[in-house]
Amino acid sequence: MELDSKCPTGPIETRWERHRFNLKLVNPANKRKYTVIVVGTGLAGGSTAATLGELGYNVECFCFQDSPRRAHSIAAQGGINAAKNYHNDGDSVYRLFYDTVKGGDFRARESNVYRLAAISLDIIDQCVAQGVPFAREYSGYLDNRSFGGAQVSRTFYARGQTGQQLLLGAYQALERQIGTGMVKMHPRSEMLDLIVIDGRARGIVTRDLLTGKVESHIADAVVLGTGGYGNVFYLSTNAKGCNATAIWRAHKRGALFANPCFTQIHPTCIPVSGEYQSKLTLMSESLRNDGRIWVPLKKGDKRKASEIPEAERDYFLERKYPSFGNLVPRDVASRNAKAVCDEGRGVGETGLAVYLDLRDSIARLGKNVIKERYGNLIDMYNRITGEDPYQAPMRIFPASHYTMGGLWVDYNLMSNIPGLYVIGEANFSDHGANRLGASALMQGLADGYFVLPNTIGDYLASNKFPKVEASNPAARQAEQEVAAITQRLLGAKGTRSVDACHRELGKLLWEDCGMGRTAQGLKHALSQIPEMRERFWKDVKVLGTGEELNQSLEKAGRVADFFELAELMCLDALERNESCGGHFREEYQTPEGEAARDDEHYSYAAAWEFRGVGNAPVLHKEPLTFDYVHPSQRSYK
Amino acid sequence: MRITLHIWRQRNASDKGRMVRYELPNVSEHMSFLEMLDVLNEELITKGEDPVAFDHDCREGICGMCGCMVNGVAHGPLPETTLCQLHMRHFKDGDELYLEPWRAKAFPVVKDLVVDRTAFDRIIAAGGFISVATGSAPDGNAVLVPKDNAERSMDAAACIGCGACVAMCPNASASLFVSAKIAHLGLLPQGQPERERRVTAMVAQANQEIFGSCTNMGECEAVCPKGIKLENIALMNRHFLGANWAGREGVEAD
Ligand SMILES: Cc1cc2nc3c(=O)[nH]c(=O)nc-3n(C[C@H](O)[C@H](O)[C@H](O)COP(=O)(O)OP(=O)(O)OC[C@H]3O[C@@H](n4cnc5c(N)ncnc54)[C@H](O)[C@@H]3O)c2cc1C
Ligand code: SF4
Ligand code: FES
Repeated sequence: MELDSKCPTGPIETRWERHRFNLKLVNPANKRKYTVIVVGTGLAGGSTAATLGELGYNVECFCFQDSPRRAHSIAAQGGINAAKNYHNDGDSVYRLFYDTVKGGDFRARESNVYRLAAISLDIIDQCVAQGVPFAREYSGYLDNRSFGGAQVSRTFYARGQTGQQLLLGAYQALERQIGTGMVKMHPRSEMLDLIVIDGRARGIVTRDLLTGKVESHIADAVVLGTGGYGNVFYLSTNAKGCNATAIWRAHKRGALFANPCFTQIHPTCIPVSGEYQSKLTLMSESLRNDGRIWVPLKKGDKRKASEIPEAERDYFLERKYPSFGNLVPRDVASRNAKAVCDEGRGVGETGLAVYLDLRDSIARLGKNVIKERYGNLIDMYNRITGEDPYQAPMRIFPASHYTMGGLWVDYNLMSNIPGLYVIGEANFSDHGANRLGASALMQGLADGYFVLPNTIGDYLASNKFPKVEASNPAARQAEQEVAAITQRLLGAKGTRSVDACHRELGKLLWEDCGMGRTAQGLKHALSQIPEMRERFWKDVKVLGTGEELNQSLEKAGRVADFFELAELMCLDALERNESCGGHFREEYQTPEGEAARDDEHYSYAAAWEFRGVGNAPVLHKEPLTFDYVHPSQRSYK
Repeated sequence: MRITLHIWRQRNASDKGRMVRYELPNVSEHMSFLEMLDVLNEELITKGEDPVAFDHDCREGICGMCGCMVNGVAHGPLPETTLCQLHMRHFKDGDELYLEPWRAKAFPVVKDLVVDRTAFDRIIAAGGFISVATGSAPDGNAVLVPKDNAERSMDAAACIGCGACVAMCPNASASLFVSAKIAHLGLLPQGQPERERRVTAMVAQANQEIFGSCTNMGECEAVCPKGIKLENIALMNRHFLGANWAGREGVEAD
């Protein structure tokens, strides 16, 4: 299979403009004759469904929550990047482009990233006009902050609720289109299969989560904005419902899955407190601006933090990275925290945590300043742990947070299945091997408001769409397969709950395919997962029926897919004999313990083709070339 | 600690429903309220009993999906805290807790603690937006917003659409929810052109959805997990009167 990225060539500054000019347009009067399915109402799906509705397309939109406003994007805290250079601090589209390619450790396409950086400007304008209450200065101008180690202030924010406010903007635009009848919304509907007819994506099969009704929906194109798969680890910062089912089932119908092993572990989360733990809560990494990270020098030191004298503390990030200190990138901070815990120097009851200490900043700046800066976060920590960070250091530990991998798409955001588009966290496109802070929101909205509504028109205008009935054999077949999965899950009548099975998978994956990976560990996981998966199908216990609201059944279907995806992640990680971004193979590190990339052999996106459960998938490589930003070793010493 | 739960069990919309008692002998104080329900459900599944259905997603107090009445109080006893953020350390050994779904005509029960809140979406669809098509916006700094307005707008925009205000209101009024959106958009310069249409359309839709009317009881404000203030309702009423007045004068053409 030839992977054609359709990336334009020539000067990077005008690639998107020239490409857009060459796209065919759909006659305005004809737009309503086309039906587009949009699955997902997060920043990506919500913004695209609204925009396609405005343009005049007939849109059918789906989400599994009770309302489109509840998509996981709502939980993003920190902010959204845009190269506005409102602060005259040297920012530019080119700099944002440069930072993103470098931050992604040279595993993303330059063309895509440049377009993302350029569109970032329009996003802010659009959101302000929608009424997103961004933070302002006294003058009434938009405020910015620097975020995630960036050297310029380009992050726009709405208190600690940026994702919420951006999503409400998209949601309100979407509701406006629902009100006019341009978009038909199907909440509490889960996509469980993709309908492919004559090689093109022509619809989806859904299950109505309230009645259990399995149904086909036919369209001329299908857009997936269904988010990331970080929940494969069971414990993550993602919302409980986040899942890979939509993209995984599309993968099983032929869509290539790219770079599944590129996952991001966030360093500052509240650690696990017990076996019942259901999710991990992210603490904004802005805390690292004023918090010092440390563990005791001695192994197994069980004294209270306040009883450990200065000389017996190890501020390990400051020690190892004197120039960046506590502000090293996410992957570096996470790995180092794990390393000290592996040495037996972790703190707290489980030994799986490090301290983040505000003591010195409080002494230097006063409690009030710290409260002003981090009051919300400190309250949140206090609410969850019952401890007071003004008195004793916080305990933090890394957790699965974001997935850079996803379905392979070309420059038009179309997968290798014609008519199937993938946007937002669900695709693999713009972040390479590591995503920078405040860039996921930017990508979701760039894809949804500005890229896809342009590129999809070209596909619709260039093709003929023979009429398809919902009774089409391919649709019927897909419906039957979905019903069969439900029956199999309900029929297993085993002894273990879905969560118990998922927790087991998550632990294995965290150990062997988490922050540090080795060939040996990955082979171990690859030998365990098929057995675990079989045990799941035999021994899972799902009560109730398929014809009612059945939350265990919903979960079971998603976990079944995680069992298959987990195997592909390990395979991809094993195949990539280098370290880059969030993918750290312990065998491949520099003498200083930093990630050692191998550009000569691994400068490509790995796009996997499904060949049946238990069969080896086929790897297709899309080579990456860098005309502007030349690959270099990251260094934070 | 030991907790006794009495939970509303209702198979579906047509089932009558009843309270059922469950004993949890070993609740950790570090658990969140929903994690306690997870543990209960694991046990029920092991015993072959149908687990309790409850809505949730983010478990960070931001998606607005969770919530039920705990001893008659929406989201339980802790102020400005959603059910998912409520931890068991705020309860005592031996406590008996009564869990019921939101009760309001406009929020029919779907199953157990799950209700249908789509009426809220229809209220937003009626007018809770600024009509700006993608691509038509001027530069972000072209229209300045006084910091105070931006802050007050943000206070109101923090509403998570959970429905606790309706559940707690003796009239099942949606006024706090509706007014939060009116204030969020109405306090910004970008929201001015549609101010009158918005309030008229949203209030009309809320009435159609059989929410009750507001008699200033203030129960909503007391349970709102996001601290949405009653003053938003006053602002909404002002906008509403203004809009009606304008309508009578024939100024509002629409
Ligand atoms: C705690 C946290 C904080 C974050 N903070 C930031 C930040 O500050 N800045 C930043 O840039 N990024 C941040 N991120 C990342 C960012 O929030 C996400 O990457 C982004 O919001 C994803 O948006 P999305 O539209 O792709 O998907 P989502 O918002 O996850 O939406 C997925 C949608 O798909 C639907 N869906 C999924 N599967 C199905 C199915 N099978 N059938 C039907 N519907 C389905 C869901 O209902 C939902 O509507 C954060 C992430 C987390 C977890
Ligand atoms: S006003 Fe408060 S209680 Fe009502 S829906 Fe909004 S957040 Fe919930
Ligand atoms: S689960 Fe999202 S607010 Fe409680």
